[in-house]
Amino acid sequence: MGGEATKAISKEILWGGGRSPFSVTYGKMMMWYFLVSDALTFGGLLTAYGFARAGSEDAWPIGEQVFRALPGLEGEYPLIYVALMTFILIVSSVTMVLAVEAGHRNDQRGVVRWLFATVIGGFFFLGSQAWEWSHFIHGSGGMFLLAEEVTVTDVDGEQFTLNAGDAVYMDHHLGDAVAKWREGDLTVSMHEGHGNVMFVDNGHEVALETLTLNKYVENESAVSGADALKLWNARSENFAFGANMHDSEYAVQQSYANFFFFITGFHGFHVFSGVIINLIVLIMAVNGVFERRKHYEMVEKVGLYWHFVDLVWVFVFTFFYLI
Amino acid sequence: MADHAHHHEESFVSKFIFSQDHKMISKQFLITAVFMGIVAVMLSIFFRLQLGWPGESFAILETFLGKWAPGGVLDRNAYLALVTIHGTIMVFFVLTGGLSGTFSNLLIPLQIGARDMASGFLNMLSYWFFFVSSVIMIFSLFVEGGAASGGWTVYPPLSALPQAMPGSGMGMTLWLISMVLFVVSSLLGGLNYIVTIINLRTKGMKMTRLPLTIWAFLITAVLGVLSFPVLVSAVVLLLMDRTMGTAFYLSDIFIGGEALDVTGGSPILYQHLFWFLGHPEVYIVLLPALGISSEVIATNARKPIFGYKAMVGSILGIGFLSFIVWGHHMFVTGMNPFLGSVFVFTTLLIAIPSAVKAFNYITTLWQGNLRFTPAMLFSVGLVSTFVTGGLTGIILADSALDVSVHDTYFVVAHFHIVMGMSAIFGMLAGVYHWFPKMFGRMMNTKLGFVHFWITIISGYGVFFPMHFVGIAGAPRRYYDYSAFEYLDFVMDLQPVISVFAIVGALGQLFFLFNFFYSMFRGQVAVQNPWRSNTLEWTTPVEHVHGNWPGALPEVHRWAYDYSNPAHEEDFVSQITPAIPGEEIH
Repeated sequence: MGGEATKAISKEILWGGGRSPFSVTYGKMMMWYFLVSDALTFGGLLTAYGFARAGSEDAWPIGEQVFRALPGLEGEYPLIYVALMTFILIVSSVTMVLAVEAGHRNDQRGVVRWLFATVIGGFFFLGSQAWEWSHFIHGSGGMFLLAEEVTVTDVDGEQFTLNAGDAVYMDHHLGDAVAKWREGDLTVSMHEGHGNVMFVDNGHEVALETLTLNKYVENESAVSGADALKLWNARSENFAFGANMHDSEYAVQQSYANFFFFITGFHGFHVFSGVIINLIVLIMAVNGVFERRKHYEMVEKVGLYWHFVDLVWVFVFTFFYLI
Repeated sequence: MADHAHHHEESFVSKFIFSQDHKMISKQFLITAVFMGIVAVMLSIFFRLQLGWPGESFAILETFLGKWAPGGVLDRNAYLALVTIHGTIMVFFVLTGGLSGTFSNLLIPLQIGARDMASGFLNMLSYWFFFVSSVIMIFSLFVEGGAASGGWTVYPPLSALPQAMPGSGMGMTLWLISMVLFVVSSLLGGLNYIVTIINLRTKGMKMTRLPLTIWAFLITAVLGVLSFPVLVSAVVLLLMDRTMGTAFYLSDIFIGGEALDVTGGSPILYQHLFWFLGHPEVYIVLLPALGISSEVIATNARKPIFGYKAMVGSILGIGFLSFIVWGHHMFVTGMNPFLGSVFVFTTLLIAIPSAVKAFNYITTLWQGNLRFTPAMLFSVGLVSTFVTGGLTGIILADSALDVSVHDTYFVVAHFHIVMGMSAIFGMLAGVYHWFPKMFGRMMNTKLGFVHFWITIISGYGVFFPMHFVGIAGAPRRYYDYSAFEYLDFVMDLQPVISVFAIVGALGQLFFLFNFFYSMFRGQVAVQNPWRSNTLEWTTPVEHVHGNWPGALPEVHRWAYDYSNPAHEEDFVSQITPAIPGEEIH
């Protein structure tokens, strides 16, 4: 419901009692205050994330090096996928605006059409997030920690001296085989010798060719040949593949993956609730509930919530992917 | 909002249990809070017995606590659980849920001239979340290993590792779940209070004509809506650490010499998140009490409240400042000294609005035509405890001084006086003052006087000596101090404190008897027993749905027109129109 143009009315009358000073219903105002409150929940979480990151002694993973995969494609596409997700979510905000606008005109068909589009956008985002989580959990090759000091030269000729406890990263062909082999999968065998290491997985051969240093932090470099073998031979028993609540290949700090799961998960939960609420309102609109009420304020209220969830994503995106 | 003017029959369930009427919900909050208060006081008596006479056997302990007090001697772990749950119940369930829930619900619609809260349904949900949360908290006392035992602030790692101590198991998990439900209740209540005050004031009820109670409830609700969600963040992360194996708050922890495999978290992070709630929480507790006493003091001094605008300004000032002072709870966490000094500065600033309030109470009383009802005594008592406790606050706010008395009995004395006693006094003042509005009957005045004097004397008797115990260096939350020779000279005070505590607790029986007896047998109240100006006294004694049987009253003046020489009576109800030539506020 559009209120009157509040500026034309004197403050005495607006605040003098017997009317709503902002010309809004209590429900809409409650939604605004709820959003302020929810913003502080996310504020608390993101501040906690910043606190953990600022206080971390080890290097913190860089977003564009962690998130650079696209479904079904080889190669590197830094942040392309998450940019797509973000775009879809923002477009769903636009369709929500159109639904609210149709509601102002009491245009039932318009409300239904645009709300439907918003719900679809929401589902797209949730699906994308599910893939992103799955990829994050599965990882892209895994890593192992060194047991002793090693000095190697990377493919560009730069020399690195690595200490015990430093991480070395595998590509995903090698990583998958190593993961199976370490789990005791009998279909995978390891063959060492002749200056090389080879894994045979169901007759499919994977050789140790290239290992990566600093994969998720500054100064990423590739090491191959004899130097790669040197790294492999200096490995400890400490391997990590992908991420769970306790270990991750992305960072020494457990809290990196913890925060990623919790904050994007908490936001995802908000999106999920939003989609469900939008769906309910969509069904109500289809059934003509708002036609009988003669106004579409409910669409406006869920619209506020939806825009808020999008806005929060902008912050989550900024803190986890961009900075 | 639906029109409640028509009368309709209601079933027992919709009238007394799942009621959406703000007056009934307020009574539900009050009764629940009284029950929780009794539990919390009993817990405190149990551990005061141990502190007063360490290691002695008391049959009563075994009767009530069973295996937690084998042979009548309180168990060490049970002691910690009692201290924790006493604090939790008092702070959250009695002084937050009980105080705000009761009086915001009762007074907001009645004093602003509204038929009910903006959303009766959410209001009902707010109570039931509070109820379930209370039940879970009480239930946690009975689980294996006992209730949460890490102190009411539940700092990790004690709270994050189920194996840390017996109370860190199931009891702690239930504590956290109860707290999340509590926050939902407080959020639903708070949203309703804010929106109702902004949107549903009756005609003529300008913001500058609102009684100070309403201003206090408004700012309290705003503080709650802004600070409780941060507690939710903190608590949910803690739950993750406990159940999912994350490490938000854990790093480099050893148990029994064995390192736990957790990295990267920080227990200090929890403290920051907790105290970002925790400090506004102090004012969530205190502001409603201050609002209530403003109303009671002005009514019973038969004078306009001194400095109405300054009172409103100081409520706003306290509310704002409460968000930027949380670090003063953390001076000993290794905080950067410069940051510490910023928190010292902001904390000391709070003394200004607080002093404004204290002086305005005194100047309102000055040359008033004082009428000492029990409510008035408790309000004046509040002014006393607010000043006494506030002065030690200045000491604690200074990081240089705080370092030496941090986490000692000095702190216990400070917050029990300034937050515990003051808020309880405000709450009791409210109960005595608005009892006729809630139940249509008067409470017995003589019993009220006895109750007041026992309460204030034993209250100071308990908490004043604690200052000395604290300055001598006794840390809080210890089970037994007899092993510390340097404390021997103050330990004679411990039995004295315990005796005062027991007397004070028994004194509350006068109140309980008075409360429940008067509910059914008290003298029937007249419409405006205190000859007060505010709108709630223009409603009929018998509650009706929608509060006013006819049209909503129209407001013509502020709430504090007492002893106005232009009028015959010494009070002028807010609904009285201006007489010709009169300048009205």
